[in-house]
Amino acid sequence: MWKICLAVVLAALASPAFGQVKLGATLSTTGPAASLGIPERNTLQLLPKSIGGLSIEWIVLDDASDTTAARKNAEKLTSEDRVDAIVGSSTTPNSLAMIEVASGAQTPMISLGASARIVDPMDAQRRWVFKTPYHDSMIAETVARHMTATGVKTLAYIGFNDAYGEGWGTELQKAAERNGVSMSAWEKYNRTDTSVTAQVLKVMTSSPDAVLIGASGTPAVLPQVTLRERGYKGKIYQTSGVINNDFLRVGAKNVEGTLLPSGPVIVVEQLPDDHPAKASGLEYKKLYEGTYGPNSLSTFGANAYDAWLLLKSALPKAAAKAKPGTPEFRQALREEIERTANLPATHGVFNMSAQDHLGFAADSPAMITIRNGTWAFVKAGGS
Amino acid sequence: MNTDIVLILAQDGLVNAAVYALAAIAIVLVYAVTRIVFVPQGEFVAYGALTFAGLLSGVVPTTAWLMLGGAIAICVIDVWKAYRGGVTSKAIVKSLAGIFYALAVVFVAWRFAPGGMSQVLAIPLTLAIMIPLGPQIYRLAFEPLAGASVLMLLIVATAVHFVMVGVGLLAFGAEGSRNPPVADFSMTLGPVLVTAQSIWVIVASLAAIVALWLFFGLTLRGRALRAVAVNRVGAKLVGIRGKHAGRLTFALAAGIGTTCGILISPVTTIYYDTGFLIGLKGFVAAIIGGLASYPLAAAGALLVGILESYSSFWASAYKEVIVFTLIIPVLLCRSLRGIHFEEE
Repeated sequence: MWKICLAVVLAALASPAFGQVKLGATLSTTGPAASLGIPERNTLQLLPKSIGGLSIEWIVLDDASDTTAARKNAEKLTSEDRVDAIVGSSTTPNSLAMIEVASGAQTPMISLGASARIVDPMDAQRRWVFKTPYHDSMIAETVARHMTATGVKTLAYIGFNDAYGEGWGTELQKAAERNGVSMSAWEKYNRTDTSVTAQVLKVMTSSPDAVLIGASGTPAVLPQVTLRERGYKGKIYQTSGVINNDFLRVGAKNVEGTLLPSGPVIVVEQLPDDHPAKASGLEYKKLYEGTYGPNSLSTFGANAYDAWLLLKSALPKAAAKAKPGTPEFRQALREEIERTANLPATHGVFNMSAQDHLGFAADSPAMITIRNGTWAFVKAGGS
Repeated sequence: MNTDIVLILAQDGLVNAAVYALAAIAIVLVYAVTRIVFVPQGEFVAYGALTFAGLLSGVVPTTAWLMLGGAIAICVIDVWKAYRGGVTSKAIVKSLAGIFYALAVVFVAWRFAPGGMSQVLAIPLTLAIMIPLGPQIYRLAFEPLAGASVLMLLIVATAVHFVMVGVGLLAFGAEGSRNPPVADFSMTLGPVLVTAQSIWVIVASLAAIVALWLFFGLTLRGRALRAVAVNRVGAKLVGIRGKHAGRLTFALAAGIGTTCGILISPVTTIYYDTGFLIGLKGFVAAIIGGLASYPLAAAGALLVGILESYSSFWASAYKEVIVFTLIIPVLLCRSLRGIHFEEE
């Protein structure tokens, strides 16, 4: 009993002196996008409970990878819990569905979805929306620049016959054209296919200098093995969708030398000391792997951590202007996030502006490769 | 498109066709004896491959525990039936023997799997784990409604398929597995790269077709199974037990599916849900065989495999559409030419 009394007294004493900040998150911790949502939620659980005299309360909801649920969660967070900012959701469609809610409630929202459409075109609604994962066009650009730099003139694409494969193919085609690489073939296959020999033959008859496989997880191994079996000697690129240990297990020696774009955090220990993302990346790695074990790190969790870094720098400044929980505070918070400058994060350095609500430089994504069965740093950016 | 490509595509189609042929003859077999359109046949392929992969990498596969669970469930049902006066003590002795068998298999897996097994041991153990799953599924899902209509059995088979896919996801996880080849040998015949594994797949498939054909044509047991298929009641009158026919059939189907899984797991990556498409293509082949003829179903599988291979080359985005559209002209042709039997 005395403990409760003490807590009540302390809370009464504490509230005027400090501020109570409520932060909401809706993440896809179940459903098809669970492999994104789970590390994101794990990351939020590790964050400090106070920052610069402000105590922080997180309300984390699951939207089951469902667009409608994401929107409902956002409505609940803004109208019932009256949070000061929303983090999420994990995917592009879910994030797009939340924009209207966030702007209607005048609450800053930091999305963890990849598409540039979440913050572009910048209009009255999207003023309230920020994001931390690279734009998918930026990653495609990184790959295309790496191709130009290493003398690739023609490129073939084998991708999933679904939204992932189509999205990557479209962005890649645009980026390749911008960089003077011509696309010689675009072949499709299904996740559960047992043979892609025909597609690989079609690709090889167009004799490309490089092949990019637009697939995620272990199904991305099959085209690469088939290419090797058929004696393809050119470069093989994969997308960032394959960064997990199962890909390395199933691919084994067949995926050695594969090139792929990634957030530098995956190879943070190998980054040069002057790399802007090294310090934050190491800090995050220590925090995450300290709790969840070695090699448990993923770039998705790092996206959530970057969202926290944005909030961490903006919250105290906003609290100096207004009291947490008020519309003025949310307004101030939005302005402070937009003013973020030279803030090192795990994926690069944030430099936000009224027009740019991602804030990473175009050369932030790193090129990595697979060497001796593990990820190895090649270089930052594609330039 | 030059002759090299024509040949390579034909070879690729042939290997896939062998896999579909195994699925097709199992579907024909199950349908011929029990009138069940066995939708989950492909799941045996995926389960078999992933069980094999688990044993090779040193894990006791979840399917072993599933098999033990199935044996216990059946024993509980038998005891309940005996209590109600339905079965004799002989059935209970049998189901207890089933539990002992399952325990023995689990023990062998638990004792020898950690650290990784050799393929020579893993292949029979995979079969020992997987084959009892077939009769168990039959006993739990289909035997209580053995006399039901084809449609009813199809609906139950579809439900079993969804259960098996869900259990597969829980048991093996979302990511796939790829096994090392049984024999690491390959040679080039002109433009075509022939691996020992692809020859294995084709030979095993042909052997299974011939064996089943002989079994049903020449042996007493095979003829008994056919008799059950033709007329359940009549067969019973001459002393053939329908239940046993069903259990034996499902054991054969599980064995064929598992063999198929072991054979193709070094050729491609297998996921918990890979089986469905293999089963579906096997089904198209079985339909071409009229769900009755093994050689015709094998020919159908050949057609499906080759068609898939060439359509992947010409229009990779539409290859599934092309393969599954094949069923329309086949059905049309069959319904125009065939003789119709009404469901009894």
